[in-house]
Amino acid sequence: MGLPGSGLAKGLAVTLRTMTRRAHTAQYPDVQPELPPRTRGVIGLFEENCTVCMLCARECPDWCIYIDSHKETVPPAAPGGRERSRNVLDRFAIDFSLCMYCGICIEVCPFDALFWSPEFEYAETDIQDLVHERDKLREWMWTVPEPPALDPAAEEPKEVAAARKTAEKLAAQAEQEKQEQQEQQEKEGDA
Amino acid sequence: MSDTLDVVLRLLAVFVAFLVLPLVVGQTEHKVMAHMQGRLGPMYAGGFHGWAQLVADGVKFAQKEDVVPAGADRRIFQMAPAVALLPYLLVLLAIPVGPGNAVGQTVDAGIFFVLAVMGVGVLGSLMAGWASANKFSLLGGIRTAGQLIAYELPMLLAAASVAMAAGTVSLPGIVDAFHWWWVPWQIVGAVVFFVAGLAELQRPPFDMPVADSEIIFGAYTEYTGLRFALFLLSEYAGIVVLCGLTTVLFLGGWHGPFGADGMGWLWTLLKTAVLAFVVIWLRVTYPRLREDQLQKLAWTVLIPLALAQIALTGVVKVVTQ
Repeated sequence: MGLPGSGLAKGLAVTLRTMTRRAHTAQYPDVQPELPPRTRGVIGLFEENCTVCMLCARECPDWCIYIDSHKETVPPAAPGGRERSRNVLDRFAIDFSLCMYCGICIEVCPFDALFWSPEFEYAETDIQDLVHERDKLREWMWTVPEPPALDPAAEEPKEVAAARKTAEKLAAQAEQEKQEQQEQQEKEGDA
Repeated sequence: MSDTLDVVLRLLAVFVAFLVLPLVVGQTEHKVMAHMQGRLGPMYAGGFHGWAQLVADGVKFAQKEDVVPAGADRRIFQMAPAVALLPYLLVLLAIPVGPGNAVGQTVDAGIFFVLAVMGVGVLGSLMAGWASANKFSLLGGIRTAGQLIAYELPMLLAAASVAMAAGTVSLPGIVDAFHWWWVPWQIVGAVVFFVAGLAELQRPPFDMPVADSEIIFGAYTEYTGLRFALFLLSEYAGIVVLCGLTTVLFLGGWHGPFGADGMGWLWTLLKTAVLAFVVIWLRVTYPRLREDQLQKLAWTVLIPLALAQIALTGVVKVVTQ
């Protein structure tokens, strides 16, 4: 409780203190917002990585991903080999009027062909214009930020660990061969 | 000839002040209220931090259709904004801003004139409430009337205390008689006067008559366009007048602190501006008083305090003579 009227004074102090602080207003069209690196703005397609496995389209809860493709046969790499068939992407479109930004397509993509981009200014006046085709999705790839750096104490990324292991193995092998060679030379010298 | 010119110049100066100062207060309210709520307030109109927001608002109001409800008392309905606004212009005429002759028109019985005319301003809301033929307007009007009756008394008593202390009812006379120790001596009266004035202007937290979340906008519900703008302007003109009067009566007008009287009318303006800031500050900070709390504050707190102030003034006056 305290002194009578101390609550009134406290209220005045709160408003006065708030006035001296910076306002929270985001002046959006004038000042672009600073978005965190994992912002779910739009989905970008890195179509060079896409193998038309259709996993994204099948996992999409809204069925908002449209994929068309055809198969092409590739001549054998070595003479006498077998002909291979390859999927070629004809159409990749995402209907952003249906998309609920769950990100499952990005999670399931086994070949890292889909990415979140923080780009968010793609409003349209007609809902049908929100179906975006592969060229537009490919353009958005340029706005995908670099993945944030790992924590200093984080585990080594698997790819780096595997590569390092291979490199170490190769180095050890080369070392061993060198030693064996030296020993052989010494033996020859002794002889 | 020079007399005519003098009168014209004075009237012009008062009129310009009457048009400019309320807008300045209004713009300050926009900005101060916004920052007290962690916002920025108007930012676009006029280019630099929305300085022309109220001008833009004025243009908007002027463009709107002037609607008079079918059931309304037409003449009274249309006159009400003028009745609400003009008294403040008249009061501004009598407020002295600087030493010597820096006043629109010297009125010998200044306090009486000023308080009487300020009371007329509230009649505008009453007329609007009655003439609108709308139940919310009527409720607002009745609440206005109740508030006027409750708060006019402490305001008069507080002003009477200063008149007793100065031994004159002339506003320049009161400021001339001012000494610095009047501030602690009359502080209770000053608070009562200021609070009662706020209530009379129906400023939050005493805005029960216009409580927009309960009775839409009280007496102003049916008003549109320029007439509505005039009501808003009268509220801000009222703030200027109330702060100016409090400055003149209780804060020594053009006297600076510690004998620094050099700035003259600037002191008056500065004190008025500080008080106007306090008006805005109170509005942002406190929630609206309920109707019964509002009446209770006037009758059980302000009036006894004002009477006690008069008693104190009388005692000190008799002892020091």
